[in-house]
Amino acid sequence: MAERERRLTRPYGGVFIARSRVMDAEDIHRALRRMAHEILERNHGIDELVLVGLQTGGVALAHALAAALAEIEELTEDDPTVPVGTLDVALYRDDIGIRPVLPEEVTDIPVDLDGHTVVLVDDVLFTGRTIRAALDAMCDYGRPRAVQLAVMIDRGHRELPIRPDYVGKNLPTRRDELVDVTMTGVELGELQKQ
Amino acid sequence: MSRNLLSIADLTRDEIEELLDVTDSMVEVSGRNIPKVPALRGRTVVSLFYEDSTRTRLSFDAAAKRLSADTMSFAVSSSSVNKGESVRDTIETIEAMGIDAVVVRHRSSGVPAQIAGWTDAAVVNAGDGWHQHPTQALLDAYTIRSHRGSLEGLHIGIVGDVRHSRVARSDIEAFTTLGAHVTVVAPPTLLPPSLAPWQVDVSHDLDAVLDSLDVCYLLRIQQERMTEALIPSLREYTARYGLTSERADRLAPDALIMHPGPMNRGVEIAGEVADRPAAVITEQVANGVAVRMAVLFMLLGPGRHALPPLAASDERGRDDGPPERAPQDLDVPTADPVDPALSGTEA
Repeated sequence: MAERERRLTRPYGGVFIARSRVMDAEDIHRALRRMAHEILERNHGIDELVLVGLQTGGVALAHALAAALAEIEELTEDDPTVPVGTLDVALYRDDIGIRPVLPEEVTDIPVDLDGHTVVLVDDVLFTGRTIRAALDAMCDYGRPRAVQLAVMIDRGHRELPIRPDYVGKNLPTRRDELVDVTMTGVELGELQKQ
Repeated sequence: MSRNLLSIADLTRDEIEELLDVTDSMVEVSGRNIPKVPALRGRTVVSLFYEDSTRTRLSFDAAAKRLSADTMSFAVSSSSVNKGESVRDTIETIEAMGIDAVVVRHRSSGVPAQIAGWTDAAVVNAGDGWHQHPTQALLDAYTIRSHRGSLEGLHIGIVGDVRHSRVARSDIEAFTTLGAHVTVVAPPTLLPPSLAPWQVDVSHDLDAVLDSLDVCYLLRIQQERMTEALIPSLREYTARYGLTSERADRLAPDALIMHPGPMNRGVEIAGEVADRPAAVITEQVANGVAVRMAVLFMLLGPGRHALPPLAASDERGRDDGPPERAPQDLDVPTADPVDPALSGTEA
């Protein structure tokens, strides 16, 4: 779970109490490799591909995915790598003014997105509102040929007609639970008041 | 952050740092091909300028537009103020049109604070008399931070007419809050009667402090605010307190030269010095838009519903909300599913 969610979720400033460990570092690594294969299969290689990690939880995953792609395609130092950007959607959210929403990190899109295939990368897919905001933000950076979505965890409870193209793991949850994704593992738990 | 931005003194160090962090994102927005985000769609920002201004008014206008807010502008020269309408009546009239924020500049100190008591809209002080100009201080702090990483431990000299300067008052508070060491350099006649509330050093000799400065901040000689003979002549002021080419050469190589504008070239700053790479004066203006975007966003966006609790009606639709039917929802009266007219015929 991104630091943002932790900060903005009630009880504010609460402590995340993990109840069960859903994936470990190995599982994440395997899931990323499988997703990388799926991305290559679907897009016939890495041409015109751009990975965009959503701030802040998707950024590390996007870099790991890019590394996995490079490994599978056996890219050497001289080959062009898959560009990785980061995107903060705070200014595009539909809940500004309803809850405290703040930009956490500066957006950095290294290439012109026109004509590229963009793979959005996030840690947890929940209501779909973050992805809706990300799609809006994307339009301000250019016109991608296609946008695909890769998430490590799909926890359900969608509020918008959005579905992921590449999923690390489907994880049924209750609405009041929280999912914490780091590169070392995935934990399911709750926020408790400090 | 509270509802209004009236004075730097209202902000804690954490709040200032947070504003400057948000400004980073706004700088990124401003640098795009399409420098516009939908963050404040549907909000209305009114600028109410009772005093002349170019950069501040345009800068707030640009900031509001880049966040997709609607803007209304108010020029005193062409308004009902000329028919004798009071500030309070003006505010109430504008408020009746439905506004979310008022940006106020007035020649008298304290007017924005008074307006804040009359309206529910967020009030942003864009300069009141000799009192405060908080967004200028924030953009100055941001400009320094973007060059030096942090203000902590820097030595900043504020040179010139401190007495009549709201910029100086705001800057001193912002810089010292962020951990800088401030030296005020001015002739005794251009200092305020007391400097006691501020943790600053005072010098009457620019040449003595020049070598140790990380930032040389020059204030404008405000001839329009000088009602008495406080300096013998502009030439003498320039000779003793102006940043001439010779003085600028003595500054440290990485020292910044700053000025809030509009500049009196040849008086407080030599024309040539203002065009050196060390002079970040146009950068200050560019950062001004981003800082004001951050201020408007904080006041009209998340600041409105700051921590803690949200209203019960705001619960639905939140990403990580409690169970969908919170107990409060049961108390909310819902529309009667039976049409009262129909039930009337049944009875």
